[in-house]
Amino acid sequence: MKKLGILLTFLLGPVYLKAQDVPLVKYDRLGSIIGQPGDEVRVINFWATWCKPCVKELPLFKNLAEGGHIEVHLVSLDYADNLDKVNQFVSTNNYKDLNVILLDEIDYNSWIDKVDSSWSGAIPATLIIHPKTGKRLFVEGEIKDGALERYIDQVSN
Amino acid sequence: MLLLCFLTLFAGKSIEEKGYTVGDIVDNFELKSVSGEMISLDDYKNEKGIILVFDCNTCPVSKAYKERIKELHDKFADKGFPVLAVNSNDPGRQPGDSFDEMVKYAEKNKYQHTYVQDLQQEVARSFGATNTPHVFVLKKSGADFKVAYIGAIDNNSRDASAVTKTYVEDAVNALLKGNNPTPDKTKAIGCTIKWKEA
Repeated sequence: MKKLGILLTFLLGPVYLKAQDVPLVKYDRLGSIIGQPGDEVRVINFWATWCKPCVKELPLFKNLAEGGHIEVHLVSLDYADNLDKVNQFVSTNNYKDLNVILLDEIDYNSWIDKVDSSWSGAIPATLIIHPKTGKRLFVEGEIKDGALERYIDQVSN
Repeated sequence: MLLLCFLTLFAGKSIEEKGYTVGDIVDNFELKSVSGEMISLDDYKNEKGIILVFDCNTCPVSKAYKERIKELHDKFADKGFPVLAVNSNDPGRQPGDSFDEMVKYAEKNKYQHTYVQDLQQEVARSFGATNTPHVFVLKKSGADFKVAYIGAIDNNSRDASAVTKTYVEDAVNALLKGNNPTPDKTKAIGCTIKWKEA
């Protein structure tokens, strides 16, 4: 029986790996990421592979996550049919540890205000939350050098 | 009193930064179209309104809407609501949106609607346009144009056949019947306008 388990794991290995790829999610999932309690400052970035200024600033979030103490989430707004492209992009750039999800909610007007009422819908956009204090900051547009740390300080204090 | 002055000052500033809201009168502007002509609101004085779209050559969302924007013009130009597409991207940051590229793009895609360049980005700023495509349906009101609808073209950028809410079409049809559009404001994911580096 144990052997069978090992065999199954071996056979299904690729399937398990696949399961670790970027998940397609609905707004509920994003809503719970935004709302869940926690100790660390949470940074949620909205991007897409087709958005050049977004792609350009992704390394900022990778550095941030590697520094520890900050919870980073990347929310891809690519179309769901481009999931393979997103998976490939995430693996090529080694963004696997950045909690990447693909938000499959095409009826944009139904949820943009739920993220932040000040958001026009343009990307890149970044939401920074301190779950403990409820403090939050929403930044629409590109993040300039050094600004991310400043925003995080603002929300932390 | 001083505090009140400050508050008024700040309120004024934020309204200016955010651009027009529904009901505002639009300031006239003059921009060069791909045909080489200078276009201003005076050119639309015999129309009932304008479907003004902040658009560009390069944004994938704009590309997804390209045919739908052309269809809006086909459908409503004769009824008094032509499409006016305004490209406000800084060609320094987005070379694919230079004037020459706009001319080529309009030709290649057989644009029947007017396509103008907002090189100084002043029109995008005064409207408070943020992304492409970002629509402002304007309604003629006396000698002025007033903003009647701001937002998305419809509720499915990916698939025109899966659209269930045709916001702009509904807004123009409402205006043609003498009604106010509902909703008069929607939001959509789009490419941020490529502003000049400060």
